[in-house]
Amino acid sequence: MSAKEQFTTDAMQYASQLFSTALRMTRNRLDAEDLVQETYIKGWRSFHTFQEGTNLRAWLFRIMTNTYINKYNAQKRKGTEVELDDVEELFLYKRLGSIDQSQLSSSAEDQMLDLFTDDEVKNALESLPEDFRIPVLLSDVDGFSYKEISEMLEIPIGTVMSRLHRGRKAMQKMLYEYARERGLIVEPVTVERTGE
Amino acid sequence: MPNCQETLKELELFLDSELPNVRIEEIMAHLTGCTDCQGAFEFHAELRTIVRVKAKRDHLPEGFSDRLLACFEPQSE
Repeated sequence: MSAKEQFTTDAMQYASQLFSTALRMTRNRLDAEDLVQETYIKGWRSFHTFQEGTNLRAWLFRIMTNTYINKYNAQKRKGTEVELDDVEELFLYKRLGSIDQSQLSSSAEDQMLDLFTDDEVKNALESLPEDFRIPVLLSDVDGFSYKEISEMLEIPIGTVMSRLHRGRKAMQKMLYEYARERGLIVEPVTVERTGE
Repeated sequence: MPNCQETLKELELFLDSELPNVRIEEIMAHLTGCTDCQGAFEFHAELRTIVRVKAKRDHLPEGFSDRLLACFEPQSE
């Protein structure tokens, strides 16, 4: 097998991971297809710059992230920062962690899994403003390290950390709203005691 | 050994595997003796798993793999 054939085979195994992340980035099926396709074309063209033995997966994600930012993200160019509402620490845990688990589901093992649908998790991720969405995707979904994300996005590690922190809290708040809308969580009601 | 506040402060770094080994051991030592913090760590670990699993369940569109393979054809160079 030639080096190029090997590269094709190796690169193709990441198609599905790249496509999922592309969908969450672009929030649009056609744009996601274009983005992954462009990633492979660029990867193939700059194949000669890829050093064998280094991380091909990270290399492809880096190409895709850069392509996305250059193509779709006008905000970065303008330098506009989107802010997120401040969400209290451990937001979801404080609301779900202490709930009597038997109220949530009949299944003893998958309460949390049952609590949120695939679409809710996807929507919660996609609802994040771009500056927060991309680091959260690269970390929580694709498992890249702070250093790798910092290199992909060309931002300092401290910025990666703070965006992850705020992005995750905003996502938790969104998940909580979904669970509440579906009536899965009943807000605790404070009953005033009347003359005992 | 870190106290509860210090332990919870490092929850994200811990789950992101970004802490040095010596700190991981200190956190683990605290968690062993503290069910409150243990609960918070387990909850967030589980949430991470859910997000990772559920956000990746997308089917490649029909014929998409073939279109991608075409990117590697010589004319794309």
